[in-house]
Amino acid sequence: MIPYLLCFILFLVGLYGVITRRNLVKIAISLSIMEFSIFLFFALIGFVEGGVAPIVDPADPVKTYVDPLPQAMVLTAIVIGLATTAMIMSVIIRIYRKYGTFDIREIKNLRG
Amino acid sequence: MKGMTLIVKKTTQLIAGLIFLYGIYVIIHGHLTPGGGFAGGVLIAGSFILLILANGSDFMKLTKEETGSTIYENLAILVAIFLAVSGMLFGAKIFFLNWLPKGTPGELVSAGMLPLYNIFIGIEVAASILSIFLALVIFKEEMSE
Amino acid sequence: MNPLLPLFVVIPLAGAFLIMILGSFIRHLNKYLASLVLLFLVTVSFYFLFTTGSKVSVYKVGGWEAVNNIPIGIYMVLDGFTVIVLCIINLIGFLSVFYSISYISRYTAENNFYSLFCLMIAGMNGVVLSGDMFNIFVFVEISAISSYALVAFGVEKNELEATFKYQVLGGLASFLILTGIAFLYWKAKTLNIADIRNVFSSGYDRKYYLLVQILLLSGFGLKAAIMPFHAWLPDAHSSAPSPISAMLSGVLIKAVGIYVIIRLFFNMFAISEGMAILITTLGTLSMVVGVFLAIGQWDIKRLLAYHSISQMGYVVLSVGIGMILISRGIRTEIAALAIAGGIFHLINHAAFKGLLFLNAGAIEYAIGTRNLQEMGGLSKSMPVTSATSFVASMSISGIPPFNGFFSKLIIIVAAILARFYLLALLAVIVSIITLASFMKFQRYAFFNKTDAGNKIKIREVPFPMLFSMIILSIVCLLLSILAFPGIRDIILSPATDILMDPSKYSSIITGM
Repeated sequence: MIPYLLCFILFLVGLYGVITRRNLVKIAISLSIMEFSIFLFFALIGFVEGGVAPIVDPADPVKTYVDPLPQAMVLTAIVIGLATTAMIMSVIIRIYRKYGTFDIREIKNLRG
Repeated sequence: MKGMTLIVKKTTQLIAGLIFLYGIYVIIHGHLTPGGGFAGGVLIAGSFILLILANGSDFMKLTKEETGSTIYENLAILVAIFLAVSGMLFGAKIFFLNWLPKGTPGELVSAGMLPLYNIFIGIEVAASILSIFLALVIFKEEMSE
Repeated sequence: MNPLLPLFVVIPLAGAFLIMILGSFIRHLNKYLASLVLLFLVTVSFYFLFTTGSKVSVYKVGGWEAVNNIPIGIYMVLDGFTVIVLCIINLIGFLSVFYSISYISRYTAENNFYSLFCLMIAGMNGVVLSGDMFNIFVFVEISAISSYALVAFGVEKNELEATFKYQVLGGLASFLILTGIAFLYWKAKTLNIADIRNVFSSGYDRKYYLLVQILLLSGFGLKAAIMPFHAWLPDAHSSAPSPISAMLSGVLIKAVGIYVIIRLFFNMFAISEGMAILITTLGTLSMVVGVFLAIGQWDIKRLLAYHSISQMGYVVLSVGIGMILISRGIRTEIAALAIAGGIFHLINHAAFKGLLFLNAGAIEYAIGTRNLQEMGGLSKSMPVTSATSFVASMSISGIPPFNGFFSKLIIIVAAILARFYLLALLAVIVSIITLASFMKFQRYAFFNKTDAGNKIKIREVPFPMLFSMIILSIVCLLLSILAFPGIRDIILSPATDILMDPSKYSSIITGM
């Protein structure tokens, strides 16, 4: 039960960062932390009691393996998270050039 | 940006080659040990980025590097798509089929098409992460002029 | 195992990367290659539209057959509902690419534009064709990341701020979707949509099921801009370049938002009455609040973006009425009518909202401003734009004989037959307010007398833009024939059949 609770606490930390921080870069990093918490949760789901890592050893074939499907899903999701973070970082750099500041309270050109 | 001190430059010249070799090892053994295309590609990109950071970006001519890495990225992914579609031309005519002979598990040359996919995805990931890094560095150069 | 199914994803993907390589060597190749790719996709999707009927095609990627009737591979599924959305995506995509041949020549880096556009089309095709949950997530992410880059294409202050807000909320939506998939996998131990239905049909924990439904509804509702989650839509859709606005508002919020909600809630989850009432309430809220927020807008594209929220509310409302009737188990022919009305309104909205955004882009191309108070009298100098904009405005307000009238009529009749009189009354009132809003648009943009026309010489826009607008207005007129019984049986009835029958989808797919 404790590992699942820790994943939830990590998600809350990320959510707190997205909502209350003023610096754009901190918002982007908090979004990234939120995504990492769900990767940990995925890896915890596939646990089987008494299982070993899902790599087939030709000398000792019959064993109980941990579920490998959530691990494959997490690999794909990590790459997607990397692409999202890279995209948002390049937008932040362009915003700094146009507006001159990283503070989100100054960036309110669009209203209504 | 300026380069770093002499100690850093000499150390990275020694280490960058080892990191590159380790990345190739992770890619090629993707069907035997954890890793595969993504992780190995990031390692290879890491070795290039280390060299650029240590030597400074005014020393290396970076815009030519960027066109080069973009072309490698697109070519690698086109070859990967062609490999996937080649399942529809040979074998049992299904998309993404593993139609090469599979060999014995545990050997380096086995598991059909998987090592080929790993190699080309590894090249693609390395080239694209290098392109991202170069785009940000070149933009910073233009911004501070 | 129709071999054309993977081509919907592979060909735009290969085209995108081919454009990046060849576009830097040969000069105008990128436009023609993108148009050619999309023209091929349009022909194949229309071929599927007329030959699919009621059969369900399944493509097992990699050749992994089912073991003991349990699917173990990745499935691509084409049925009656999928083929409708596929036609919408590819047709509006082709017309937007053709429009942008002359519109995007004002920006630099055209290679990147066409390449990202083809990637977005590949992602959306993948979403509607996939038969298991995680594939839906991956393709939603592909099309979403391409759309973040396309919204910020001309890097001005407004566009960058709009795309930052869009990205943070889109990232939150992806997180919620991934959490929903995690909880679903934990109990069901499988990812195939049909198989999840079979696993849950033998008994489930009610509170857990409700948690998964709320998570997936919130995640995909954020992508579809339903009412409490609509905050990113006006900024993103008004600051993007016009062909991208037409694609975002006309196709993206449908293919990755509303389509997935309809597919999951009808074919994967067993419908409970509480969720049905919740969905209907969200639809009504979007419909009403969207149109009231749109009244006071003077920027053309912001006005159109708020109306997008309102019209999507119509679709969700009618689908919700169908869900309520099915969950109570009574009067299923009215539920079929309501769902058919919702899907018909989805198709119509793609056509006329795409046309309206292309018109707004043409006005901006000719004059250079988007503020309604600074323009006027354009009907003399831009006759084709004025005529097509008149057709689109009459369609969205529900004036016969255009297509909006028939779909809104079916929705209101279904609401009255199911005895939801308040919802029918609200739908009629919102339609009247939409008419008022668009008459304001027409009057200020085209028919007012002005003195600003003397400063800049206003000419009609170039041929590719005219071609797309004329074709879309003809489509708007032709779509009204979908209401007639003969044609409705070919196109709309297979879609409602596959959605309404509780176990037909899952039994067909696990039986293959």
